Amino acid sequence: MAVITMTINDELVSGVEGQSLLSLIREQGIELPTLCHLEGLEARGGCRLCLVEMQSTQRLLPACTTTAQEGMSIQTHSERLVRYRRMILELLFAERNHVCAVCVMNGRCELQDEAAKIGMDHVRYDYLVPELPMDATHDKFAIDHNRCILCTRCVSVCDSVEGAHTWDVMGRGVNSRVITDLNQPWGSSRSCTSCGKCVQVCPTGALANKGSTVAEMVKRHDFLQWILDGREKKQWVMHNGGSEGRR
Amino acid sequence: MKRSDLQAMARRELDRQQATRCRLLCCASTPCLSSGAATVQQALEQAVTDNKLDAEVVVVSTGCMGPCSRGPMVTVQLAGQEDTYYENVTPESARQIVAEHVMANQPVADKIMPSDLPFFAKQHKIVLANSGVIDPERLEDYVARDGYAALAHALREMTPEEVCAEISKSGLRGRGGAGYPTGLKWDLVRKAPGEKKYVIANGDEGDPGAYMDRTLMESDPHRLLEGMAIAGYAVGAEQGFLYVRGEYPIAAKRLEKAIRTAERRGLLGSRVLESSFSFRIDIRIGAGAFVCGEETALMASIMGRRGQPTPRPPYPAQSGLWECPTLINNVETFGNIVPIIAHGADWFASVGTAKSKGSKIFALAGKVNTTGLIEVPMGITLREVIDDIGGGVADGFSFKAAQTGGPSGGCIPAEHLDTPMDYESLRALGAIMGSGGLIVMDNASCMPDVAKFFMEFCTDESCGKCVPCRVGTVQMHRILERITNGSAAPADLQILQDLCTMVQETSLCGLGQSAPNPVLSTLRFYREEYEAHIQRHECPAGVCKMTEAPTLELVEALPRRIRELGTIPMSLA
Amino acid sequence: MTTLATKRTGRKADKAEPAVSSKIRLATAWLGGCSGCHMSFLDLDEKLIDLAEVVDLVYSPIADVKEFPDHVDVTLVEGAVANVDHLELAEQIRQRSKLVVSFGDCAVTGNVTSLRNKFPLEDLLTKVYHEGPGAVPRGGEYDKIVPALIPRVLPLHQVIEVDAFIPGCPPDPERIWAAVSALLAGEPVVLPEKMRMFG
Ligand SMILES: Cc1cc2nc3c(=O)[nH]c(=O)nc-3n(C[C@H](O)[C@H](O)[C@H](O)COP(=O)(O)O)c2cc1C
Ligand code: SF4
Ligand code: SF4
Ligand code: SF4
Ligand code: FES
Repeated sequence: MAVITMTINDELVSGVEGQSLLSLIREQGIELPTLCHLEGLEARGGCRLCLVEMQSTQRLLPACTTTAQEGMSIQTHSERLVRYRRMILELLFAERNHVCAVCVMNGRCELQDEAAKIGMDHVRYDYLVPELPMDATHDKFAIDHNRCILCTRCVSVCDSVEGAHTWDVMGRGVNSRVITDLNQPWGSSRSCTSCGKCVQVCPTGALANKGSTVAEMVKRHDFLQWILDGREKKQWVMHNGGSEGRR
Repeated sequence: MKRSDLQAMARRELDRQQATRCRLLCCASTPCLSSGAATVQQALEQAVTDNKLDAEVVVVSTGCMGPCSRGPMVTVQLAGQEDTYYENVTPESARQIVAEHVMANQPVADKIMPSDLPFFAKQHKIVLANSGVIDPERLEDYVARDGYAALAHALREMTPEEVCAEISKSGLRGRGGAGYPTGLKWDLVRKAPGEKKYVIANGDEGDPGAYMDRTLMESDPHRLLEGMAIAGYAVGAEQGFLYVRGEYPIAAKRLEKAIRTAERRGLLGSRVLESSFSFRIDIRIGAGAFVCGEETALMASIMGRRGQPTPRPPYPAQSGLWECPTLINNVETFGNIVPIIAHGADWFASVGTAKSKGSKIFALAGKVNTTGLIEVPMGITLREVIDDIGGGVADGFSFKAAQTGGPSGGCIPAEHLDTPMDYESLRALGAIMGSGGLIVMDNASCMPDVAKFFMEFCTDESCGKCVPCRVGTVQMHRILERITNGSAAPADLQILQDLCTMVQETSLCGLGQSAPNPVLSTLRFYREEYEAHIQRHECPAGVCKMTEAPTLELVEALPRRIRELGTIPMSLA
Repeated sequence: MTTLATKRTGRKADKAEPAVSSKIRLATAWLGGCSGCHMSFLDLDEKLIDLAEVVDLVYSPIADVKEFPDHVDVTLVEGAVANVDHLELAEQIRQRSKLVVSFGDCAVTGNVTSLRNKFPLEDLLTKVYHEGPGAVPRGGEYDKIVPALIPRVLPLHQVIEVDAFIPGCPPDPERIWAAVSALLAGEPVVLPEKMRMFG
């Protein structure tokens, strides 16, 4: 594998050809927020939180979908980037109905977490207050669209890892919604294998185990790497020593 | 069919046409059809039969002649005379035309649209040369005007490299909006490694009010097929897709027929013109999503996936349909290929400006005397287009702005009317060439309201994949709504402007990246109108109702009002 | 960044300052919230004694003051803006305070109070007051005694200008202390990451 050299925040670093910018950035110990991307799933470039600035053109590119290239020079936390990330988080909080205090993921939610990290302490835009349903027809899980940020991790994991493709997206723009089968109640889905992978990868309180109440839901992202390692490398090692996901 | 068969077909058709004393061309394009062209054509045919003229007069249904607002349009071609254009033809006047002009050589003066009008004189028809002249449903008509000769020429006399080089040399740039050099794109696809390659013609045309591509597809379908086939030969593709907007059933029908005819005659399909080159074209019908005009979303749609853009790189030229190198060009871009190959790159490059070569089709609409479809040389000024071709701003109105580029474009004020219409000059004004929408607005238009209209369009059409566009457009629209209903606070303007830059710089695809353009361009040239709305609660153009008050004013007024009324005004909702 | 220091120097002298004491005039107000933020404030426990040495509590649900006073230095506002009384009080608070702080999630985001925004007001009132046991007769909602609800619950900063935000439902005493001590020291409120989480 060929080695490449590039510059991140004025430091020279080296990586492997074909590596994503995101993984190279994280290897340097730099924290970059990602809400749509999850290690192990196909990069999507949807949330735009991982945007970085190309020094040559001043253009912004998502680190998750961009391949690191020899000679590139990027900034990860310019004033503009931080400002935009904050605005994007504000847009997300305004889009649906996030009431952390009464949410199953309170305290463990990635959206809530990123807001705290960036210091997004209030939303300057109108809360859109959409009318959105919950679907609790499944025996084990429930979805609350009020908390969904349309990252489509659930769609991706269900399709590429579980191979069921129960989830998809319908509608467009701000009216998009994730659906099960052809917008049938989840409980009646014949493709869903009840594996729960979607629940585990969901960054917010949208997907949760049934019966969990405020701040009770714990998710394990490490399972994904565990399965993928097992499948691809025939290794069955828990990366986090089997800890309870985040924090 | 061989090249010689093609030439024989052309000769036969020309002989046939010369044998008729008179041809009555009747436009059968969507605008004229919707103003009654079908009954006009029937009346013409009936009159010809009634007067026993069938042997010497033919009635031909053609494509668009241009001055669509004056339709139905009819052209009289009498042997040995200049063509005569008739406007606003009714079945009544159709009979009159046959009786007086065709039979007695007495043109019906009050229905004539003079052919020396600047509307015609200032145009330069390259792409639309056949439009309004040939019957789009007859291959012979097209072949008689040298149709498929350019393909035959390319296949026999040129290597794929030479074709690409010729297109590069012509300076042709993409007509789908961004103006990327076409030859360069072709060469990239040609050089891209890969067994299988594809060619796509983008006929999604989603700009509200634009109909350049529809016209070309309806009026001269074979030119498009021939252009695509030449592209297929140049880049090494054997399969083409024509992506037609779902709202264009007539275009799809004519293209379908043209493809079948061309295949039957060996002009498409396997071993084109008995060469070793094979090229199939299939039609894909869109389902009415603006974003599916964006190339990566369009390809997803062709592959049967949700029509959503994906990040570039990889560009389609490297990895497009089913991960194969794919050439995607706009329909009008393909419409330029045949003339370039037929007349040479130098001939083409002699039209236009240093960096924008050839012509551009615009759908001229709004407050000018003659609206319609026009093809003008690049570099023509907006003033010439409006005053000469459009016949000036309609009586009793005064010019305020020209909007180009639709929801991705901007508004150009009077002081910039002498700007040449080319990619760079328009961009410098914060407008864009776009695909060719051109709306002339007068003083009765309110600029924040115009911006709101386009923002609403983008809100509806955002695919929802990325956050800035999905939610940002909605928030921008909300602020514009507040500005136009009187409830905006002074701080809103800054929030709006900040959102505009953020959405522009962070969105995934061109839809989001350009959605703020109408706001930014009207803020640039008509800022005082925004300020009047916000600070004085006044709409200078008198368009906005201004029925609401800002929240902060409500804070003071509301408790009292509620107690007076005993009910709650819903304005805070 | 807004701090007490900048506000103090930059302030217009509209009325003569009351020359009673040199202590900082602190107010806390209670709009549409559950009083949990105030409970958490009381959980400052012995820190309250330290606080009392440097501030005068000039208005608060826990102090018996009827009218929001003039010349307040800092006001912590709990709760979202949900009815016309809140609107009036918010306006007074802004006019009479140098620094206004959104205190807790309801003031910052609307939070639980704003859950009702999903329902049309009429439906909500009907459901709560006119259906089921103990239904009250219609017509009383917009009375002079019960303040009328505004159609949509709003976070404080959408109604008046707000200088600092303390998220949390409720913000725990450590958070409150971090924010209040910064405010009293004339410094900007910059809470550490762990202390600025919603919820
Ligand atoms: C939102 C969006 C809509 C578009 N719609 C069209 C369209 O309707 N027709 C078109 O030819 N190109 C459209 N484009 C541009 C295409 O992505 C692409 O650039 C073009 O088809 C390339 O052809 P050209 O090089 O010949 O211009 C659109 C782009 C965006 C971002
Ligand atoms: S999903 Fe996250 S951000 Fe949304 S309400 Fe729940 S905890 Fe808060
Ligand atoms: S349900 Fe969860 S994983 Fe799926 S799109 Fe919504 S937030 Fe993402
Ligand atoms: S910019 Fe808009 S249309 Fe384009 S990917 Fe993002 S959401 Fe979809
Ligand atoms: S993580 Fe890269 S765009 Fe969402």
